[in-house]
Amino acid sequence: MAHEEPINYYEYLRPNKKYPNVWCSGCGIGVVMGSLIRAIDRIGLDKNDVAVVSGIGCTGRMPVYMDFNTMHTTHGRALAFATGLKISRPKLHVIVVMGDGDAMAIGGNHFLHACRRNIDMTAIVVNNWIYGMTGGQYSPTTPLNARATTAPYGNVEQAMPICEVAAAAGASYVARTTVYHATEMDKFLEAAIRKHGFSVVETVSYCHTTFGRLNKRGGVVDMMRWLKDNSVGQIAAQKLDEEEKAAKIVRGVVCDVEKPEYLDLYQQVIDRAMEAK
Amino acid sequence: MDIRFIQGNDAIAWGALAAGCRFFGGYPITPSTEVAELMARELPRHGGKFIQMEDEIASLAAVIGASVGGLKSMTATSGPGFSLMQEHIGYAAMTEVPCVIVNVQRLGPSTGQPTAASQGDVMQARWGTHGDHPIIALCPYTVKQCFDLTVAAFNMSEKYRTPVILLTDEVIGHMREKFEMPDFATVERVERPHIPVPHEWYRPYGDTPSDVPPMANFGDGYRYHITGLFHDDKGYPTQRLDEVDPWIDRVHRKIERNLEDILLWDEDEVEDANTVVVTYGASVRSARHAVKLARAHRAKVGLIAIKTIWPFPVEAVERATAHARRVVVPEMNLGQLALEVERVVGRRKVTRVNIANGEMVTPQMILDAIEGK
Ligand SMILES: Cc1ncc(C[n+]2csc(CCOP(=O)(O)OP(=O)(O)O)c2C)c(N)n1
Ligand code: SF4
Repeated sequence: MAHEEPINYYEYLRPNKKYPNVWCSGCGIGVVMGSLIRAIDRIGLDKNDVAVVSGIGCTGRMPVYMDFNTMHTTHGRALAFATGLKISRPKLHVIVVMGDGDAMAIGGNHFLHACRRNIDMTAIVVNNWIYGMTGGQYSPTTPLNARATTAPYGNVEQAMPICEVAAAAGASYVARTTVYHATEMDKFLEAAIRKHGFSVVETVSYCHTTFGRLNKRGGVVDMMRWLKDNSVGQIAAQKLDEEEKAAKIVRGVVCDVEKPEYLDLYQQVIDRAMEAK
Repeated sequence: MDIRFIQGNDAIAWGALAAGCRFFGGYPITPSTEVAELMARELPRHGGKFIQMEDEIASLAAVIGASVGGLKSMTATSGPGFSLMQEHIGYAAMTEVPCVIVNVQRLGPSTGQPTAASQGDVMQARWGTHGDHPIIALCPYTVKQCFDLTVAAFNMSEKYRTPVILLTDEVIGHMREKFEMPDFATVERVERPHIPVPHEWYRPYGDTPSDVPPMANFGDGYRYHITGLFHDDKGYPTQRLDEVDPWIDRVHRKIERNLEDILLWDEDEVEDANTVVVTYGASVRSARHAVKLARAHRAKVGLIAIKTIWPFPVEAVERATAHARRVVVPEMNLGQLALEVERVVGRRKVTRVNIANGEMVTPQMILDAIEGK
């Protein structure tokens, strides 16, 4: 590993796209984009064979900067667009990037069914616990009692565990890490893209300009440090009691199973239909 | 000869297959479900794929995604599902991705009456999604037209890179007629054009003489960006007025300059008519009968059966009603296309004939209006 060639990011970025990007400086979404590029580079995918599809939100702006087939769709529906695209072009490696509101609120139903169908695609959920783009409203992953512009007295809704939902709904590969753990993220994204089936990687991030400000969590460095101090790997997590564990972000592979992939199964439909002709 | 006795919904599915449709994403809803069922059976035999999505929002999303991947794609629905699809109709218009949306109209609003007929979604088909956008909506009134207009819908969607709505209704969808299945090889199809330039030169939304830039499919080596935001010629988001304005102009112009190809209608005996019935869809069936009865009484009555309701065929209606004293507009709603007819011929000439309870407009109702009763 240590002898690997340093990656040339410019090869994967669009030279004719206007910069700077839309993100607040220091936003964790950029870390996820860098990691995605490294994972794709490591696998050695041809850029023409990669499609990155997103919904709406700060995270949804990620694909436009990258030199793949890119599609910025509607809020919450990226997985449904991606499903049609993958079925239509099975040779494409379809990667879907979504915010937590995008994936789990407005897109929650599509998320469940994408997991259940197990089509060979990868979903990356950038979980910053809040609606970034619209300025800091609470999302399905906002922690209990945290502040948001629409929860000025504290959030009274329970947070949704993205990975556990994905695993229960039938995804083949599910993993969680944070933007502080970029090397681990590279590894998980690589495994997710390589997985033949539906894979989900939750990348816990932060939104310092909304969540950080409203909850007095400091700036980028403070929030990064918080992710470092408040997340544990699975082995360390085993030593914690339930209450301690609940207070931590547990990083690691939540599930990695082999199950029949949708397009493989659909081939059986085609075969049977041809027989019955 | 392959003669069959089939319903309108089946003819839509066969028309789609003949047009080269190879992807269907849908969600069951009466009275459109037969389209999905036939596509589920036939697509895998024709080298295509069918998927039942989790709702209609997802259905149209998958259809657009599949079209971006290079397959001609369609969905079919009715009122409640059509309401859910509106955001993505706008997305397809904005991103200029060809697709066909079938709406077999049923009585609304809301769940309404699933098995009852209606023409209540005429204005929704035009303006259901937010923002100014062009749209094409076709309206068959026979089983054969269900086939032919579905083919036309696919061809127009490819030619003009636009969503096309096939706006039919419960009566036409479930009505059975004798139908001669054509040899699919003889059906005229419009295919996506070859892109004449290499990747670096490709402009997915660039200016072209036709105003319709050629569309590249994802995976063909033209890595570009698609977004529902206003975008420049490369597909990248823009707020520049000198990029937003030309886009709005071009997407409307690409339809307006091709009206001759897009606008379809039939005329019966309008030459000497002092009364003209203007209608569409199932209401044409009653209107034909009423006109025949009126002619038997020596009344000078003509009929225009509009097949392209959006864009509205202004000139055709203008021409056919120029000498008419009375223009009768029967519809299974409380007066939707009548608003367009009134705009063209003036309100005073127009007699509306409306019913919005799930029943058809009867020939007698139209005859009464023709006779000024
Ligand atoms: C149908 C619809 N509803 C609402 C919005 C407004 N909206 C844009 S982004 C967003 C939420 C973004 O939050 P999240 O998905 O968590 O992504 P982030 O910006 O935090 O990356 C909302 C509600 C929209 N674009 N479309
Ligand atoms: S608003 Fe938050 S999520 Fe959006 S770019 Fe800024 S820091 Fe990132």
